Formats: sequence, structure tokens, C-alpha cells
Amino acid sequence: MNYAQYIPLLLVLPLLSFAVLGIWGRKHLKNTSGILGTLVLLLLSIVAVSVAGHYFFVAEKLNDGYQSILALNIPWLTFGYKNLSIDMGLLLDPISAMMLVVITVVSLMVHVFSLGYMKGEERYPTYFAFLSLFTFSMLGLVLSANIFQMYIFWELVGVSSYLLIGFYFTKPTAVAAAKKAFIVTRFADLGFLIGILMLGIQAGTFDFLTLIERLTNPESEAFISMQAAGFLGISAITWALCLVFVGGAGKSAMFPLHIWLPDAMEGPTPVSALIHAATMVVAGVFLVARLFPIFHFNPTALNLVTWTGALSALFAAIIACTQTDIKRVLAYSTMSQIGYMMFALGVSGYGGEAGLGYTASLFHLFTHAFFKSLLFLGAGVIIHAIHSNDVKDMGGLRHALPVTHICFLIACLAIAGVPPLSGFFSKEEILLAAWQDNPAIYAIGLFTAGLTAFYMFRLYFLIFWNKPNTKPIHKEGSLWMKLPLIFLAAVSIVAGFIPFSQLVTSDQKPFWSSFHLLFSIAPLAMVILGIFMAYRLFKTPGEKAAALALRMGRLYQAASHKFYVDEVYLFVTRNIIYKMIGKPAARFDKQIVDGGVNGLGNGTRVFSEKIKGLQNGRIQWYLLVFLGGILLLSIVFIGINKI
Amino acid sequence: MNLLLLLLIPALTGLAIGFFPAKQSRLLALTGSGIQFGLCLFLLNNFLQQPDATLSGALLFQNDFVWYRALNIHLHTGIDGISLSMVLLTAFVVLAGVLVSWNIQKMSKEFFILLMLLSAGAYGFFISLDLFAMFFFLEIAVIPKFLLIGIWGSGKKEYSATKLALMLMGASALLFVGLLGLYMNQNGAESFSMIALAANPAPLAVQKFFFPFAFIGFGVFTALFPFHTWVPDGHSSAPTAGSMFLAGISMKLGGYGCLRVATYLMPDAAHYYAPWIILLAAIAILYGAFATMMQTDLKYINAFSSVSHCGFVLLGIGVLTKTGIAGAVIQMVSHGLMTALFFAMIGMVYERTHTRDISKMGGLLKAIPFISTLFVMVALCSLGLPGFSGFVAEMMVFIGAWENTNTLYRIATLAATASIVVTAVYILNAVGKVIMGPVKKESFMQLKDAAWYERSAALLLIAGILLIGLAPFLITNLIEPGTQSIMDKITIITK
Amino acid sequence: MNYLQEILVISTALFFIGIYGLLTRRNIIAILMSVELMLNSVNINFVAFNKYLFPNSLDGIFFTIFIITIAAAEEAIAIAIVINLYRNHNSVDIESTTLLKF
Repeated sequence: MNYAQYIPLLLVLPLLSFAVLGIWGRKHLKNTSGILGTLVLLLLSIVAVSVAGHYFFVAEKLNDGYQSILALNIPWLTFGYKNLSIDMGLLLDPISAMMLVVITVVSLMVHVFSLGYMKGEERYPTYFAFLSLFTFSMLGLVLSANIFQMYIFWELVGVSSYLLIGFYFTKPTAVAAAKKAFIVTRFADLGFLIGILMLGIQAGTFDFLTLIERLTNPESEAFISMQAAGFLGISAITWALCLVFVGGAGKSAMFPLHIWLPDAMEGPTPVSALIHAATMVVAGVFLVARLFPIFHFNPTALNLVTWTGALSALFAAIIACTQTDIKRVLAYSTMSQIGYMMFALGVSGYGGEAGLGYTASLFHLFTHAFFKSLLFLGAGVIIHAIHSNDVKDMGGLRHALPVTHICFLIACLAIAGVPPLSGFFSKEEILLAAWQDNPAIYAIGLFTAGLTAFYMFRLYFLIFWNKPNTKPIHKEGSLWMKLPLIFLAAVSIVAGFIPFSQLVTSDQKPFWSSFHLLFSIAPLAMVILGIFMAYRLFKTPGEKAAALALRMGRLYQAASHKFYVDEVYLFVTRNIIYKMIGKPAARFDKQIVDGGVNGLGNGTRVFSEKIKGLQNGRIQWYLLVFLGGILLLSIVFIGINKI
Repeated sequence: MNLLLLLLIPALTGLAIGFFPAKQSRLLALTGSGIQFGLCLFLLNNFLQQPDATLSGALLFQNDFVWYRALNIHLHTGIDGISLSMVLLTAFVVLAGVLVSWNIQKMSKEFFILLMLLSAGAYGFFISLDLFAMFFFLEIAVIPKFLLIGIWGSGKKEYSATKLALMLMGASALLFVGLLGLYMNQNGAESFSMIALAANPAPLAVQKFFFPFAFIGFGVFTALFPFHTWVPDGHSSAPTAGSMFLAGISMKLGGYGCLRVATYLMPDAAHYYAPWIILLAAIAILYGAFATMMQTDLKYINAFSSVSHCGFVLLGIGVLTKTGIAGAVIQMVSHGLMTALFFAMIGMVYERTHTRDISKMGGLLKAIPFISTLFVMVALCSLGLPGFSGFVAEMMVFIGAWENTNTLYRIATLAATASIVVTAVYILNAVGKVIMGPVKKESFMQLKDAAWYERSAALLLIAGILLIGLAPFLITNLIEPGTQSIMDKITIITK
Repeated sequence: MNYLQEILVISTALFFIGIYGLLTRRNIIAILMSVELMLNSVNINFVAFNKYLFPNSLDGIFFTIFIITIAAAEEAIAIAIVINLYRNHNSVDIESTTLLKF
């Protein structure tokens, strides 16, 4: 139990590092800040890995299941209503322990990589300060014991992402992308917030454990009242869960809230590897997993999760086949893979083998974090080498960047799901879970698996084979940049052999997942087909790809324009929100509210203009009026007396 | 501790500034407001050590002088947690305001005297327990604003000063009718004493008649829709310290009055009119946010966003739940600190770039990093980022509002919640254009970053914001007895 | 004989003649004279009331003397004003002194 006392360190260290680098970095730690930040992260990873290791392998289990440990719980803000309060707690359970490992390891790799990649940047210390802030917020998010606390860190993660996307703040595109990312996720967070309010106030608690306990017990008062209350024929609990999921979908770039993710690639590439591939974007999956017992009781909300996930997976994969910006391809691929995780949660049952989808989803989250950050870091090396993001400028780079080439290939094989690399195992489990629950979802998943292999190898062949277009300006870079690639490649190879169903399960009790050799035939065939097509089309320069694109006609056009989702958003914001709400509001203020007050002033002036003629300076006229007044008054008073 | 000290020190400082040469006035003002700041902290310490402070909503440190016997007017002072937090807010803003105006050249003597007068008015308002004295101090806090804007302002300052003074005077007239209504209707025992009035509320018909007068009268001060139009013009024309006072303190006078006078003394009528208050508050929140979106002048942006943010104060009061009222109080403190800091930062930017048009600025982060960093921080506070005070206040209001299960309240709450997105849009737009982006003019690179007095003002205010944002239990514990006693009043009447 | 009624008619007539002059004359001197007429009508009233209603007291007579004294003083000031006015405007027409307006 006493290892839990080290958990607060996980938050204190990065926060301290942020404060130190943020306040003194610019002046006093100009060159050492990178090393300092990386050392803190190293320490942090050691703590995190040992805490997680201890949790999984040493700590005592209860009824064969992992216990949820509340390491800390401080009342932060209390309300005078149903004893409602927001506490600051640290909750350690299998998913948060797993996330600790993912976040700290990937963050450490990104820190190391950045030592080389960001060298010579003017705002080098600030960069590392922001990375620390992000790590702090992300760790806080996964350790939150309380849904409101999670919302707090959720917002902090959003703002660190904003700051990092906008790191090159003199670039207008970066500023616009940062703004877009923040606003789109904020819009989603609005749903999250309302969902939290509904859940918290109805259930009388924000605490995860109590919330789950109350809302999964059909006899509890909270459960009954939330089932009974409703709006538009949908019960309150469904509304609340769907709204919470909207928040998760926004952060995880699910359709149709995904538009910020491709643009977010304007940030420095290591940041994309950390935030927009491995950690922050999976927060939505984490959120659904965290509340999974409640979701499980609500088929409507779970269906929403499933279909949003499946559609996003397919949709993003199709777009990824047509993009030419290396980072955008990776971004759409991230979206697609997160779609996988989402629908895996959606098709999952609860407890034992039925919870295979849950395990598979988090397994995929785990493996994806490593190979996707590897892909991004590899892309970082390539961009660093030829100073361009566009695959059209690349080609034949396998000789110039040998280490990157091998690592990139490993990552591509892993994400495509080629055995025995890690992606194969996790994707296999997801497809198995989908097959058991819903064949339609399985079909989408299978097709997407083929597409994944196709677009990843399209990227691979276009970058490393094909004909050379640009001579590399830089070599592969220092050891700092190679080391993380090699490490992540190694992890991507072996991570699949982790017996995940022993560690992370829906009811926290381990089970043995069965492995069907026959079942793997179909996905594997799709993957091989995808790779083969990419090989035929893109290995050597030629017109084949262009001809195919031409033959696809409209579909290709639409996909390369990302199905016009951005245009729809632009239309809504420009023409509806600005023109129909903002401008009228401003005009109303200028003309009616302001005009009302000015009108009152003007009215007074006009009135006084009118009556000022009485004051003409002629004393005899005054006298006459005066006498007339007296006369009038005397008549009135005499008249009153008579009556 | 005698609360009249809080009035004495600004008054003495003002006098001293009058007698010494103009060169020394800024130093005197700084000393005076520094002493006052220390005194307020001392008061806080004393307050927390009182055994009654946390137990009940007792008003402590009471002092009662007869001011005008024939009309039963007293100078009755006393504080509870709510007024103490307001007093502390005033101390923060005044000290920061004096620091920001360190370099004022034009008639600096008169400027600082007026600032001291304003602060004396605000302190007096918050500690008064007698409605007449309260009204008196409210007026003291209004008149110097006219001069501050008219003399030291910029832009169409005469227009704005007149508009502000006339609207606030009009509001005061309404308010006075409301106060007189309370005064006259006590079965012969005419009194302005808040304690007596609370113990013996007026009959329902009287409350219903006079509540709108008092509420709208105070409401105009806190930018109640549609009487908010003095806010944008007044703020944008005022000198930096003037805007800080206006938004940081003056608008809070109204909020405090709405809570302490209108709602607390006329609880029945508050229930009766609650739907209207909520409606107006929700409109102000959303409408202010949308109107802000279309502004291009930094000061107008912050002024319109103040309309939106002060809507939260009214919403918190209108929902009549304990959480809502606590949220309203915290929002007042939070918005006071935040908006004062925002205006201070805008003032610093304006002093350097000589423009407030966001399309004419850009890339300031490269040129003046300290100011820009603080600017971004306060902007993030304004959009309700956790860790800053705005988040705590808004969340308390939301939760307080959501507690009320009435459909109208729910819809109003949803509308208010939606404002967090719109807020994000206009705040990030401003930050993106002013702080980020390419450096618009070569000359920006030659600008000097903040001087010591600007730094200390900004750090003082951000410290307050962070303190509330990171440890909100400090302020909730402070105001809890006060909100509880208001709640007791409201709920007893309901039953 | 009680002539009060007749005397009052005369004084009233005198008063209104004064008012008529006050309102219609353009010459300031004439206006002053009209004021004198009004004052004198009041004097007549005082004396008449004293004689017929309160024959044992002298209050009315005293007031008359007061009024005559004050009228003389007033006249002196008024004439001084008129002379100054004449110096500035070269006229004693009341229409030429309408500067005191809006």
C-alpha cells in the first residue's frame, strides 16, 4: 500500500518543472532547460513505471481482481447541496496505471527527441515548460478520482495543446490551427460539462467510484430518478452519457468534431507525436472506459459510441488515402485508429470474456501510442531532413535516412497489423470483439484494416522508394533523435506479447483471452492486399496511381477535399453564427440599446429647444406670464373654495 | 478593530496629497493604498480569529453612530465574509490601480485625490449596514468617475463621461425610491438599518412594488441588460486606472447591492421576480458574448465581455440557491480582479503601441514578452480556464443554477453554459491577433517591456486570481456563513 | 361716513393702471413710474384700512411711511441702473435689454 504515497509525485514533479522552466527558463536556463525537463521526465517515468509495475504485479488483489486505490482525496470545493463537492483525488486502477506508463514513456521519448529537434529554437525553454505542463495535465487527467476533476484537467490539457500548437506563434496558420483546436474541443466540452452537471447533480456525487456504484445499481435512488426523468422522450441518463461522450468525441477527434486534428499538425512535430497521436487524443477513449460500467447499462449511449467510432474509422481511413501532407496522413490515421478503439468499447460487454472489446480497446490504445508516436517522430526526422511536409517532395530517402527507414517500416507494419508486431494483436482482438457483437461493425473494421495497410504503405513507398525529389539538407541528426526511434521501434515489436487481458479488463478481474488462428485469416488477407496494392501503385514512379484516382472520380475528389466537412463548418460559422447572431447582436446594441439611451438624451434636448423660446429675456413678457399665473391660480383656488 | 479606519486612511491620504507638491502625490497614494492593503489583510486575520466568524452569519466589528437623528439615519458599519471579500477586492484593485497610474503626467495630484475618493466610497459602501449611508457612499463612488473619464480619458470622453454619469445617476434615483420604500413601510418605526429591515421584512405588496426599483437601480451598476450601454463607452474612454476601478469595483457595487439589499431585504419579491432576473441574466450572458465577438477595440472587447461575465453574478443571485449565491459572490471577486488586470494589460499595450485596434497589432509576444504572457494568462482566466478564479466562479454558478429543477432555469442555464464557447471564440481571436501572429510593425520590436510598477500591479492581481483559482475553498469558507444567513432568510420566507 | 368702498375702487383702478403701464410701456422711466403708481395704490389701501377698520392703531400709517421711504431708495437705485443702461445702450428702451435669455 505504501507505494501509493509516491503517486502525488507524478503530479508535483512536472508542475514544478513547468513553474521553474516557465519563470526562470528564459533568462537563466536558456540552454540547460531541455536537459532539466528531460531529467524530470526520466525520474517521472521511473516513478510511473514502478508504481504501475507494483500495482499490477506486487500489490494484493481482492477476490482475484485489481483494487481501485484512492491515493489522495482533498476537498477542493464544496457545495451546499446534497453534500456535493469537487475533490482533488488520485485514483489508481488498471486503466490509469496503464495510462501512466504510456504517458510518461512517450513523453520521455518526445523530450529526448526534442533535445535534438528543437535545438537552437528561440523559445527552447518555453517549449519544455509547455511540455511539462502538458505532462502534468495529462497525468492529472488519468489519475482523476472525480469527474469534475477530470474536466478540470481536461481543460488544462486542451490549453497546453493550444499553447503547443501555437508554438510557432508568428506563423498565422499555426495561430489559426491552435484557435480552431481549442474552440472545437471547447464546443465539445460544453456537452461534457452539461453531462457532468446532469450526472453529478442527479446522482449527488462527482466521485467516479460512487457515481459508478450508484448508477449501475438499478435499485438506487439516483438510477431510478435518472431513468425516470427525461427530455424529448430520452431519459436523463442517456442524455447525460451522450453529452459526456460528445466531450470525449471532441477531444478524440471523432466525426464530425475531428476537423481540428489535421490542422493541429501545425505544431512542432514532437508535439504532434505526444499530444495528437499518443496521449491527449485518446482521452475520449479513456473517458468512456472510465465510465464504462455506466455506459454498459445504457445501450443507446453505447450504440452512439459504436457507430461514431466505426464511421470515424472508415471515414478517416478513406481521407488518409488521398492526402499528400505526411503529417495530415498520420493525423487521419490517428483518427481512424481511435475510431477502432471507440467502437471496440461500444461492442464490448461487461465482465469476464464478454468484456473482450474493452480490453482490446485499451490494448490498442497502448500499442497505438508507441507505433504512432514512432511514426510521428520518424516524420519529424524526415521533415527536419528535407524541410517539407509534402510527400511529393520526398522519395528515395532510404539511403539518406537508414535508421529512420527501418523504424518507420516497423511502425508501418505494426499499424497495418502484420504479425507478430504489436498492432496485429490489438487489432485482432478488436475485430474479434466486433465479430461477436455486430457483423456490420466487423465488416467496417475489416475494410478499414485493409485501407490502413494501403495508406500507410502508400506513405512508406512514396517517402522511401519511388524517385528521389529533393536532396536532404540534413542528415538524420544527433543521437538524441535516433535513440527514441529505436526504443519505440523495439517497444512496437514486443508490446503485442503483453497478456493484456491479465491486466486491464472491464471488471478488473483478469481472464485469458483465446486466440483463434483461423479468425486471423480474413484480416491478414485484407492487410496483404492493401500492402500489395500500395506496392504496385507507389513503389516505382508512374502514372498508375493518378490513373486510378481519375477512375475513382467524384469519390477521390471528395476524399481529397476531406468530404467538405471544413467547408460546412466554415459556412456555419461565417454565414450563420457571425452574420445571423453576432452582427445582429452588435447592431442591436449599437442601435437599439445605445440608441435608446442616446434617444433619451436627444429627446430631452429637443424638448428643451422647443420650450426655451419662453425664456426670451423680455422682462415685460415674464411679468405678463407671472400675472397670468397668479390669475389662473386665484381662479382655481377660489373655484375650489366655492365647491 | 474599528472599520472606520478603512474610511479614514483613504481620506487622510487624499488630504495629504492635496497638501504636498504634485511630485510626491504618487508616492503618497502608493503609501496610502499600501497601508490600506495591509490593513485589509490585518482585518481578514482578525476576522478569521473571531469565534463567531465561521459559526453564523453574524456581522462583526459593528460600530453605530447616529448621523441624523430626526430621520433615524445612522453611520452603522459591520462586515461579514461577503463584504470582507469585497473589501479585499477593493484593496487589491486600488493598490494595482495606483501602481498602474505611476507615470500619469496630467494633473497627477487631482487624479490621485479622485482615486482615493473613489476608493473611500467603495470601502464605505461595502462596510455600511445602513441603507442611507450605503447610498451616500455609492454616490461618492460615482461622481469622481465622471471627472476621471472627462479629464483623463481618451476618445469620445465627454460623451462617455456624460452618458455614464447620467445613467448611474438615473439608476441612483430609481434605487433611492426603492430604499425609501423600504424605509417608509415599517409601521411607524422608520429605519434605514439593514439589520432591522432584515429582521422585519416589509409586507409582500410593498416588496413587490419596490423590489424592481432597488434591483434595477443596483442592476444598472452591474450592467443589467438592457441598461448596460454605459459599460462599453465608459470603460473604453476611461484612463487605465479608471477602467480598472469601473469594472473591478464599481460594477461590483451593483452586484453586492442586488444581493445585500434587494434580495436579502425583500426575499419574497426576489422569489416573485426570480424568473425575470434569470431571463435578463441569461440574455446578458449570451448577448454580451455575441456582441463581444464583433468588437475590434480591445477595451470594447473587455467591456462587452464584462457585460457577459456580470450576467453570471445576476444569474447566481437569481437562481436563489446557496451555491448560486456563493458563485455570484466569487464571480464578483474573480471578475473584479480579472477585469482589472485585463484593463491594466490593455492599458500597458495601448501605452506602447498607441492603438487598441486588434487588427493593427500582432506578434507582441516577440516584442514585450512579460506583458504578453500576462495578457494571455488573464485572457485564459476570462475564458474560464481551470486554475484561474473565473472557472471556479462560473462552475459554482452553473451548479447552483442546475440545482433548481425548474425548466426555465434549466434552459437559462444551458444558454449561459453555451457562452463558454463564444467566450473562447472572442478571447482566442483577440489573443491570436494581438499577441500571436507575425509582428505587424517594425517599431514594435523597439518597445520596452513592463516597468517595475507595471510588473508589481500585474503580479499582485494575478496572485489574487491564482489564489482563488487554485484554492477556492479559502474563499468559499470565508463567505459560507454569509451566504448561509442570506439563504436562511430566503428559504424561511418560502415556507 | 364710510367711504372705504369708493377709496378701494380708486386704489384698485390705480393699481391696474400701474400694471398696464408696467406691461406696455417701452420706456424704462415710464415703467418705473408705473411701479410708483402701484406702490401708491397700496399706500392708499393701507391708510384707508387703518382709518376705517382699525382707527385705534397707527400700523397702516407706519407702513405707508416705510413704503414711501423704500420707494425713494428703490427709485434712486433704479435711476442709477437706468443711467448706466443708457450709457451702454444709448437708449432707455426695455426692448434693448433682452440679452438675458437662453
